[in-house]
Amino acid sequence: MLDLSPDEWIAIRLSLRIAIVATFVALPFGIAVGWLLARKSFWGKTLLDGLVHLPLVLPPVVTGYLLLISFGRRGPIGAFLADYFGIVFSFRWTGAALACGVMGFPLMVRPIRLAIESIDRRLEEAAATLGASRVWVFATVTLPLALPGLIAGVVLCFAKALGEFGATITFVANIPGETQTISAAIYTFTQVPSGDAAAGRLVLVAIAISLAALIAAEALSRRAGMRFHGE
Amino acid sequence: MLAVDVEKRLGDFSLSARFKSDNGVTAVFGPSGAGKTTLTNTIAGLITPDRGQITFDQTVLFDSQTRINLPPYRRQIGYIFQEGRLFPHLNVRHNLDYGRRMRGLAADFSELERIIRLLDIGHLLERRPGKLSGGERQRVAIGRALLMRPRLLLLDEPLASLDVARKREILPYLERLRDEVGVPMVYVSHQAAELRRIATSVVRLEGGRVTTAGGIGVLDAADADAAW
Repeated sequence: MLDLSPDEWIAIRLSLRIAIVATFVALPFGIAVGWLLARKSFWGKTLLDGLVHLPLVLPPVVTGYLLLISFGRRGPIGAFLADYFGIVFSFRWTGAALACGVMGFPLMVRPIRLAIESIDRRLEEAAATLGASRVWVFATVTLPLALPGLIAGVVLCFAKALGEFGATITFVANIPGETQTISAAIYTFTQVPSGDAAAGRLVLVAIAISLAALIAAEALSRRAGMRFHGE
Repeated sequence: MLAVDVEKRLGDFSLSARFKSDNGVTAVFGPSGAGKTTLTNTIAGLITPDRGQITFDQTVLFDSQTRINLPPYRRQIGYIFQEGRLFPHLNVRHNLDYGRRMRGLAADFSELERIIRLLDIGHLLERRPGKLSGGERQRVAIGRALLMRPRLLLLDEPLASLDVARKREILPYLERLRDEVGVPMVYVSHQAAELRRIATSVVRLEGGRVTTAGGIGVLDAADADAAW
């Protein structure tokens, strides 16, 4: 078995916490934006679409820097949140989660949007004639039918969040126990002469977690798909 | 009583229909492209007319002058679509129960029993729609619409997607519906033979206009036209 040091365990636990929080905080926004892009036409839709996808094409360092100047302690949004809600992002694990969520967001929105676009809207009409208001139609027909897309979006966002490096290290640095994720820890180990063994162990852990997430997603979406065709 | 007087433009097509129908089965009869589905969709509230009124008994469903437009979920009108439109993620039991739950009605097991027996769908309850034949699917769709306790039932070509054998399978259920359930129905079809068995009055729709309305004799006149 892998003999992981306490510091390595801390980095692993922190990575998982950051990735999970980032993914599930992003999910409601991902559903809302996916729905808006799939269903509504409004002024500025192209702009919203572009904005959502920007982290995918920008250098991660740029995204991290933009987060730093807006959500940092002296940034306009960061100062506001710190003063009125006591939420601090800079050099905290919450900041790492924000960076990971932003980076994973485009990967989450895309499958959700596609899933909602592919839903037969006549089923929603049928639900309406059966007495379901728009909110209930969404909750009982739209969302369950989009479930395979939701699962795909969650897994992609989680995977991205787990491996995110550039934006996170730019925004919240590389502080062991606070913002040092697996990726950052591997990077640190590769910078010191004796770090190869530790880096190698963490690489194996990263591969194992990613594979487990992929397999879980496959099983979940197969079950979700079966619900439409099987018994 | 259902009273419809609506106008609606959709691209090149315009619907301008006015008719009244008593309780019983009112057939809306006409060739494809006559605007039959557009008409039923306006009654259900899925399409908003440009002008006009739709009332059922004492309830105003739509009135362009007083700006009343009841959303579909508050109209209490059951709709049986040509393709069934069962929810693929729910089994038959939950499909049947959907309308009752959405309308917040108390569970009524004797009513459920009665509808299940009327349509012979008791053996299908745990199946998903994907595992049903076309005829079974349509019977479940009928049950689903009935169990939301509609005050009016719209049937849009309920047999059109079925082969001849399946049509023969479903028609008796529709006759039982007319004779035993007592909910007024608007039944859309382009097949005179089918309507002769089920309808009590007929509205003939052509090119978006009502050309004749009356008893089922209207169907014979239509046959005579077709012969020419």
